[in-house]
Amino acid sequence: MIDMNDALALIEKRREDSIVVPTMTAGRGWGAISQDEFLDLPVSGAMGKASSIALGLCLAQPDRKVVLFDGDGSLVMNLGSMVTISGQAPTNLYHFVLENDVYAITGGQPIPNAGKFSFDGMAAASGYASTFEFDDFEEFATRIDEVFDATGPVFITLKTRPEIMDGPVDSRTSARRTPQAARELHDTLNG
Amino acid sequence: MTELHLTPQPIIDQLKKNDVTHVVWLPDSETNFMYERMAAEQSIALVSVCREGESMGVAAGLWIGGKKPVVLIQNTGMFESGDSIRGLGLDIGFPMVMMVGYRGWTRHGVTADSAARFTEPILDAWGINYFLVETDSDVDRISVAFEEAERTQSPVACLMGAEYG
Repeated sequence: MIDMNDALALIEKRREDSIVVPTMTAGRGWGAISQDEFLDLPVSGAMGKASSIALGLCLAQPDRKVVLFDGDGSLVMNLGSMVTISGQAPTNLYHFVLENDVYAITGGQPIPNAGKFSFDGMAAASGYASTFEFDDFEEFATRIDEVFDATGPVFITLKTRPEIMDGPVDSRTSARRTPQAARELHDTLNG
Repeated sequence: MTELHLTPQPIIDQLKKNDVTHVVWLPDSETNFMYERMAAEQSIALVSVCREGESMGVAAGLWIGGKKPVVLIQNTGMFESGDSIRGLGLDIGFPMVMMVGYRGWTRHGVTADSAARFTEPILDAWGINYFLVETDSDVDRISVAFEEAERTQSPVACLMGAEYG
Protein backbone atom coordinates (compact mmCIF):
# COMPACT_ATOMS: atom_id res chain seq x y z
CA MET A 1 0.00 0.00 0.00
CA ILE A 2 1.20 3.49 -0.82
CA ASP A 3 1.03 6.50 1.45
CA MET A 4 -1.01 9.07 -0.47
CA ASN A 5 1.10 11.99 0.68
CA ASP A 6 4.34 10.30 -0.42
CA ALA A 7 2.87 9.80 -3.88
CA LEU A 8 1.62 13.37 -4.10
CA ALA A 9 5.00 14.74 -3.01
CA LEU A 10 6.78 12.67 -5.63
CA ILE A 11 4.48 13.93 -8.38
CA GLU A 12 4.72 17.51 -7.18
CA LYS A 13 8.48 17.44 -7.79
CA ARG A 14 7.91 16.87 -11.48
CA ARG A 15 4.69 18.75 -12.07
CA GLU A 16 6.36 21.64 -14.01
CA ASP A 17 3.50 23.78 -15.38
CA SER A 18 0.84 21.09 -15.25
CA ILE A 19 -2.69 21.90 -14.22
CA VAL A 20 -3.55 19.70 -11.24
CA VAL A 21 -7.11 18.68 -10.41
CA PRO A 22 -7.34 16.96 -7.01
CA THR A 23 -10.63 15.87 -5.49
CA MET A 24 -11.83 14.64 -2.12
CA THR A 25 -9.02 13.34 0.12
CA ALA A 26 -6.35 14.26 -2.41
CA GLY A 27 -7.61 17.83 -2.36
CA ARG A 28 -6.45 18.27 1.19
CA GLY A 29 -3.17 16.43 0.70
CA TRP A 30 -2.28 18.32 -2.46
CA GLY A 31 -3.26 21.65 -0.98
CA ALA A 32 -0.65 21.16 1.75
CA ILE A 33 2.26 20.64 -0.64
CA SER A 34 1.45 22.37 -3.91
CA GLN A 35 3.97 24.97 -4.97
CA ASP A 36 1.64 26.63 -7.47
CA GLU A 37 -1.91 26.87 -6.23
CA PHE A 38 -2.90 29.09 -9.14
CA LEU A 39 -2.55 26.08 -11.44
CA ASP A 40 -4.58 23.88 -9.07
CA LEU A 41 -8.31 23.22 -9.27
CA PRO A 42 -9.46 21.33 -6.16
CA VAL A 43 -12.91 19.92 -6.89
CA SER A 44 -15.37 19.57 -4.07
CA GLY A 45 -18.50 21.19 -5.46
CA ALA A 46 -19.80 18.39 -7.67
CA MET A 47 -19.13 14.87 -6.50
CA GLY A 48 -17.73 12.56 -9.09
CA LYS A 49 -17.19 15.22 -11.72
CA ALA A 50 -13.44 15.83 -11.36
CA SER A 51 -12.78 13.53 -14.32
CA SER A 52 -15.19 15.50 -16.50
CA ILE A 53 -13.68 18.83 -15.49
CA ALA A 54 -10.19 17.49 -16.20
CA LEU A 55 -11.31 16.43 -19.67
CA GLY A 56 -12.61 19.92 -20.40
CA LEU A 57 -9.30 21.41 -19.27
CA CYS A 58 -7.38 18.96 -21.46
CA LEU A 59 -9.39 19.93 -24.52
CA ALA A 60 -9.03 23.63 -23.79
CA GLN A 61 -5.30 23.48 -23.05
CA PRO A 62 -3.88 20.72 -25.28
CA ASP A 63 -0.30 21.92 -24.86
CA ARG A 64 -0.36 21.65 -21.09
CA LYS A 65 -0.39 18.48 -19.01
CA VAL A 66 -3.43 17.93 -16.80
CA VAL A 67 -2.87 15.73 -13.75
CA LEU A 68 -6.05 14.46 -12.09
CA PHE A 69 -6.07 12.93 -8.61
CA ASP A 70 -9.40 11.13 -8.52
CA GLY A 71 -10.87 9.21 -5.64
CA ASP A 72 -12.19 5.69 -6.09
CA GLY A 73 -15.52 6.65 -4.56
CA SER A 74 -15.59 9.72 -6.76
CA LEU A 75 -14.79 7.85 -9.95
CA VAL A 76 -17.38 5.10 -9.47
CA MET A 77 -19.99 7.90 -9.39
CA ASN A 78 -18.98 8.83 -12.94
CA LEU A 79 -17.68 5.71 -14.65
CA GLY A 80 -19.10 6.77 -17.99
CA SER A 81 -16.57 9.59 -17.99
CA MET A 82 -13.85 7.01 -18.69
CA VAL A 83 -15.56 6.19 -21.98
CA THR A 84 -16.12 9.87 -22.72
CA ILE A 85 -12.45 10.59 -22.02
CA SER A 86 -11.28 7.73 -24.21
CA GLY A 87 -13.53 8.98 -26.98
CA GLN A 88 -11.87 12.38 -26.94
CA ALA A 89 -8.42 10.80 -26.41
CA PRO A 90 -6.62 13.74 -24.80
CA THR A 91 -2.92 12.91 -24.91
CA ASN A 92 -2.20 15.38 -22.09
CA LEU A 93 -4.28 13.69 -19.38
CA TYR A 94 -2.73 11.77 -16.47
CA HIS A 95 -5.68 10.30 -14.58
CA PHE A 96 -4.60 8.98 -11.19
CA VAL A 97 -7.12 7.15 -9.02
CA LEU A 98 -6.21 6.83 -5.36
CA GLU A 99 -7.82 3.50 -4.57
CA ASN A 100 -8.26 3.08 -0.83
CA ASP A 101 -11.58 1.16 -0.98
CA VAL A 102 -13.45 3.61 1.28
CA TYR A 103 -15.24 6.92 1.36
CA ALA A 104 -12.53 8.46 3.51
CA ILE A 105 -14.05 11.88 4.08
CA THR A 106 -17.37 10.56 5.34
CA GLY A 107 -15.86 8.29 7.96
CA GLY A 108 -14.41 5.34 6.07
CA GLN A 109 -17.40 3.38 4.82
CA PRO A 110 -16.55 0.85 2.08
CA ILE A 111 -17.32 1.76 -1.50
CA PRO A 112 -19.54 -0.76 -3.30
CA ASN A 113 -17.82 -4.06 -4.09
CA ALA A 114 -14.58 -2.63 -2.66
CA GLY A 115 -11.46 -4.49 -3.73
CA LYS A 116 -13.29 -6.82 -6.09
CA PHE A 117 -13.11 -4.89 -9.35
CA SER A 118 -10.29 -3.37 -11.37
CA PHE A 119 -10.04 0.29 -12.31
CA ASP A 120 -7.00 -0.65 -14.39
CA GLY A 121 -9.08 -3.18 -16.30
CA MET A 122 -11.94 -0.72 -16.79
CA ALA A 123 -9.57 1.97 -18.05
CA ALA A 124 -7.98 -0.35 -20.57
CA ALA A 125 -11.35 -1.65 -21.72
CA SER A 126 -12.69 1.92 -21.99
CA GLY A 127 -9.89 2.82 -24.36
CA TYR A 128 -7.26 4.70 -22.36
CA ALA A 129 -4.02 4.64 -24.33
CA SER A 130 -1.85 3.58 -21.38
CA THR A 131 -2.64 2.13 -17.96
CA PHE A 132 -0.55 1.43 -14.88
CA GLU A 133 -1.28 0.00 -11.44
CA PHE A 134 0.98 0.33 -8.40
CA ASP A 135 0.68 -0.89 -4.83
CA ASP A 136 4.29 -0.26 -3.86
CA PHE A 137 5.77 3.22 -3.53
CA GLU A 138 9.30 2.17 -4.53
CA GLU A 139 8.07 0.64 -7.75
CA PHE A 140 5.99 3.73 -8.50
CA ALA A 141 8.98 6.00 -7.82
CA THR A 142 11.18 3.87 -10.05
CA ARG A 143 8.72 3.90 -12.94
CA ILE A 144 7.34 7.41 -12.69
CA ASP A 145 9.21 8.56 -15.79
CA GLU A 146 7.59 5.73 -17.71
CA VAL A 147 4.19 6.97 -16.54
CA PHE A 148 4.72 10.54 -17.65
CA ASP A 149 6.35 9.50 -20.93
CA ALA A 150 3.51 7.15 -21.84
CA THR A 151 1.06 7.88 -24.61
CA GLY A 152 -2.02 9.59 -23.20
CA PRO A 153 -4.62 9.52 -21.94
CA VAL A 154 -2.82 7.69 -19.16
CA PHE A 155 -4.66 5.99 -16.30
CA ILE A 156 -2.76 5.18 -13.12
CA THR A 157 -4.19 3.24 -10.18
CA LEU A 158 -2.39 3.83 -6.90
CA LYS A 159 -3.45 1.47 -4.12
CA THR A 160 -3.27 3.80 -1.13
CA ARG A 161 -3.78 3.67 2.61
CA PRO A 162 -6.97 5.48 3.58
CA GLU A 163 -6.82 8.68 5.59
CA ILE A 164 -10.17 8.53 7.26
CA MET A 165 -11.84 11.67 8.48
CA ASP A 166 -14.46 11.04 11.12
CA GLY A 167 -14.27 14.10 13.26
CA PRO A 168 -16.99 16.77 13.27
CA VAL A 169 -17.33 18.39 9.86
CA ASP A 170 -17.10 21.88 11.36
CA SER A 171 -13.68 21.13 12.84
CA ARG A 172 -12.02 20.13 9.58
CA THR A 173 -9.68 22.40 7.68
CA SER A 174 -10.99 22.95 4.20
CA ALA A 175 -9.22 22.54 0.93
CA ARG A 176 -9.24 25.70 -1.16
CA ARG A 177 -12.80 26.22 -2.35
CA THR A 178 -13.68 25.26 -5.90
CA PRO A 179 -15.39 28.53 -6.95
CA GLN A 180 -12.41 30.63 -5.89
CA ALA A 181 -9.91 28.21 -7.44
CA ALA A 182 -11.89 28.02 -10.69
CA ARG A 183 -11.88 31.78 -11.10
CA GLU A 184 -8.18 32.03 -10.26
CA LEU A 185 -7.25 29.24 -12.66
CA HIS A 186 -9.39 30.86 -15.37
CA ASP A 187 -7.51 34.12 -14.86
CA THR A 188 -4.13 32.37 -14.78
CA LEU A 189 -4.74 30.50 -18.01
CA ASN A 190 -6.36 33.35 -19.89
CA GLY A 191 -4.36 36.33 -18.75
CA MET B 1 -51.97 27.12 -42.09
CA THR B 2 -48.20 27.63 -42.21
CA GLU B 3 -46.23 25.07 -40.23
CA LEU B 4 -43.76 26.66 -37.87
CA HIS B 5 -40.39 24.95 -37.80
CA LEU B 6 -37.00 25.10 -36.20
CA THR B 7 -34.25 24.32 -38.67
CA PRO B 8 -30.63 23.57 -37.86
CA GLN B 9 -28.69 26.18 -39.82
CA PRO B 10 -30.12 29.29 -38.09
CA ILE B 11 -29.23 27.74 -34.74
CA ILE B 12 -25.72 26.90 -35.82
CA ASP B 13 -25.38 30.41 -37.20
CA GLN B 14 -26.27 31.70 -33.74
CA LEU B 15 -23.58 29.51 -32.18
CA LYS B 16 -21.03 30.81 -34.66
CA LYS B 17 -22.16 34.39 -34.11
CA ASN B 18 -21.48 33.92 -30.41
CA ASP B 19 -18.04 32.34 -30.97
CA VAL B 20 -18.98 28.97 -29.53
CA THR B 21 -16.03 26.58 -29.73
CA HIS B 22 -17.52 23.37 -28.35
CA VAL B 23 -20.93 21.73 -28.08
CA VAL B 24 -21.00 19.31 -25.16
CA TRP B 25 -23.96 17.08 -25.71
CA LEU B 26 -25.90 13.89 -25.46
CA PRO B 27 -28.36 13.34 -28.32
CA ASP B 28 -32.07 13.70 -27.76
CA SER B 29 -35.13 13.67 -29.99
CA GLU B 30 -35.71 17.43 -29.68
CA THR B 31 -32.26 18.43 -30.92
CA ASN B 32 -31.37 15.43 -33.06
CA PHE B 33 -32.16 17.40 -36.21
CA MET B 34 -29.09 19.54 -35.64
CA TYR B 35 -26.64 16.66 -35.40
CA GLU B 36 -25.48 16.22 -38.97
CA ARG B 37 -25.14 19.94 -39.56
CA MET B 38 -23.20 20.40 -36.30
CA ALA B 39 -20.92 17.48 -37.09
CA ALA B 40 -20.10 19.09 -40.43
CA GLU B 41 -19.39 22.55 -38.94
CA GLN B 42 -15.64 22.96 -38.86
CA SER B 43 -15.54 25.78 -36.33
CA ILE B 44 -17.33 23.86 -33.58
CA ALA B 45 -16.07 20.69 -31.86
CA LEU B 46 -18.63 18.17 -30.66
CA VAL B 47 -17.95 16.46 -27.34
CA SER B 48 -20.25 13.51 -26.77
CA VAL B 49 -20.81 12.44 -23.16
CA CYS B 50 -22.23 9.21 -21.77
CA ARG B 51 -24.58 10.89 -19.30
CA GLU B 52 -25.73 14.49 -19.08
CA GLY B 53 -24.22 15.10 -15.66
CA GLU B 54 -20.78 14.93 -17.27
CA SER B 55 -21.63 17.79 -19.59
CA MET B 56 -21.50 20.43 -16.87
CA GLY B 57 -18.06 19.32 -15.76
CA VAL B 58 -16.66 19.14 -19.28
CA ALA B 59 -18.14 22.52 -20.12
CA ALA B 60 -16.77 24.05 -16.91
CA GLY B 61 -13.31 22.71 -17.68
CA LEU B 62 -13.49 24.08 -21.21
CA TRP B 63 -14.55 27.52 -19.97
CA ILE B 64 -11.90 27.65 -17.26
CA GLY B 65 -9.36 26.73 -19.91
CA GLY B 66 -10.44 29.61 -22.16
CA LYS B 67 -12.97 28.08 -24.53
CA LYS B 68 -16.64 28.92 -25.06
CA PRO B 69 -18.80 25.81 -24.76
CA VAL B 70 -22.54 25.34 -24.94
CA VAL B 71 -24.32 22.38 -23.36
CA LEU B 72 -26.95 20.63 -25.48
CA ILE B 73 -29.07 18.13 -23.52
CA GLN B 74 -32.68 17.10 -22.97
CA ASN B 75 -34.70 18.39 -20.01
CA THR B 76 -34.55 14.92 -18.47
CA GLY B 77 -30.77 15.14 -18.63
CA MET B 78 -30.90 18.56 -17.05
CA PHE B 79 -32.67 17.02 -14.08
CA GLU B 80 -29.98 14.35 -13.87
CA SER B 81 -27.30 17.07 -13.90
CA GLY B 82 -28.77 18.91 -10.95
CA ASP B 83 -25.88 18.78 -8.51
CA SER B 84 -23.40 19.69 -11.23
CA ILE B 85 -25.51 22.69 -12.29
CA ARG B 86 -25.51 23.78 -8.66
CA GLY B 87 -21.85 23.16 -7.88
CA LEU B 88 -20.22 23.99 -11.20
CA GLY B 89 -22.68 26.36 -12.86
CA LEU B 90 -24.21 28.44 -10.11
CA ASP B 91 -21.52 28.28 -7.40
CA ILE B 92 -18.61 28.98 -9.73
CA GLY B 93 -20.51 31.70 -11.60
CA PHE B 94 -20.00 30.00 -14.94
CA PRO B 95 -21.61 31.96 -17.80
CA MET B 96 -22.92 28.79 -19.40
CA VAL B 97 -25.70 28.62 -21.98
CA MET B 98 -27.64 25.36 -21.82
CA MET B 99 -29.72 24.48 -24.86
CA VAL B 100 -32.29 22.14 -23.39
CA GLY B 101 -34.52 19.91 -25.46
CA TYR B 102 -38.00 20.58 -24.10
CA ARG B 103 -39.40 17.06 -24.16
CA GLY B 104 -43.15 17.04 -23.60
CA TRP B 105 -43.65 20.70 -24.42
CA THR B 106 -46.89 21.46 -26.21
CA ARG B 107 -48.00 24.94 -27.07
CA HIS B 108 -51.52 24.30 -25.86
CA GLY B 109 -50.51 23.56 -22.28
CA VAL B 110 -51.78 19.99 -22.03
CA THR B 111 -49.06 17.36 -21.65
CA ALA B 112 -48.88 13.92 -20.14
CA ASP B 113 -45.13 14.14 -19.88
CA SER B 114 -43.91 15.07 -16.41
CA ALA B 115 -40.57 16.06 -17.90
CA ALA B 116 -42.24 19.12 -19.38
CA ARG B 117 -44.26 19.89 -16.24
CA PHE B 118 -41.14 20.08 -14.09
CA THR B 119 -38.78 21.89 -16.46
CA GLU B 120 -39.64 25.51 -15.85
CA PRO B 121 -40.36 25.18 -12.11
CA ILE B 122 -36.96 23.61 -11.57
CA LEU B 123 -35.19 26.33 -13.55
CA ASP B 124 -37.14 28.87 -11.53
CA ALA B 125 -36.05 27.16 -8.31
CA TRP B 126 -32.42 27.45 -9.36
CA GLY B 127 -32.90 31.06 -10.38
CA ILE B 128 -31.81 30.25 -13.93
CA ASN B 129 -33.45 32.43 -16.57
CA TYR B 130 -34.62 30.78 -19.78
CA PHE B 131 -35.86 31.58 -23.27
CA LEU B 132 -38.19 29.49 -25.40
CA VAL B 133 -37.01 28.74 -28.94
CA GLU B 134 -39.71 27.13 -31.08
CA THR B 135 -39.21 28.43 -34.61
CA ASP B 136 -36.53 30.00 -36.77
CA SER B 137 -37.93 33.42 -35.90
CA ASP B 138 -37.04 32.74 -32.24
CA VAL B 139 -33.39 31.87 -32.70
CA ASP B 140 -32.07 35.34 -31.89
CA ARG B 141 -33.09 34.54 -28.33
CA ILE B 142 -29.99 32.34 -28.29
CA SER B 143 -27.84 35.44 -28.63
CA VAL B 144 -29.87 37.09 -25.89
CA ALA B 145 -29.08 34.10 -23.68
CA PHE B 146 -25.35 34.38 -24.37
CA GLU B 147 -25.40 38.10 -23.63
CA GLU B 148 -27.26 37.57 -20.37
CA ALA B 149 -24.99 34.72 -19.28
CA GLU B 150 -21.92 36.86 -19.85
CA ARG B 151 -23.43 39.91 -18.16
CA THR B 152 -24.62 38.01 -15.09
CA GLN B 153 -21.74 35.47 -15.01
CA SER B 154 -24.34 32.78 -14.44
CA PRO B 155 -26.04 29.98 -16.41
CA VAL B 156 -28.92 30.75 -18.79
CA ALA B 157 -31.10 28.20 -20.62
CA CYS B 158 -32.70 28.07 -24.05
CA LEU B 159 -35.62 25.67 -24.11
CA MET B 160 -35.75 24.09 -27.57
CA GLY B 161 -39.46 23.51 -28.03
CA ALA B 162 -39.62 21.78 -31.41
CA GLU B 163 -38.72 18.26 -32.53
CA TYR B 164 -37.67 18.82 -36.06
CA GLY B 165 -37.47 21.28 -38.87
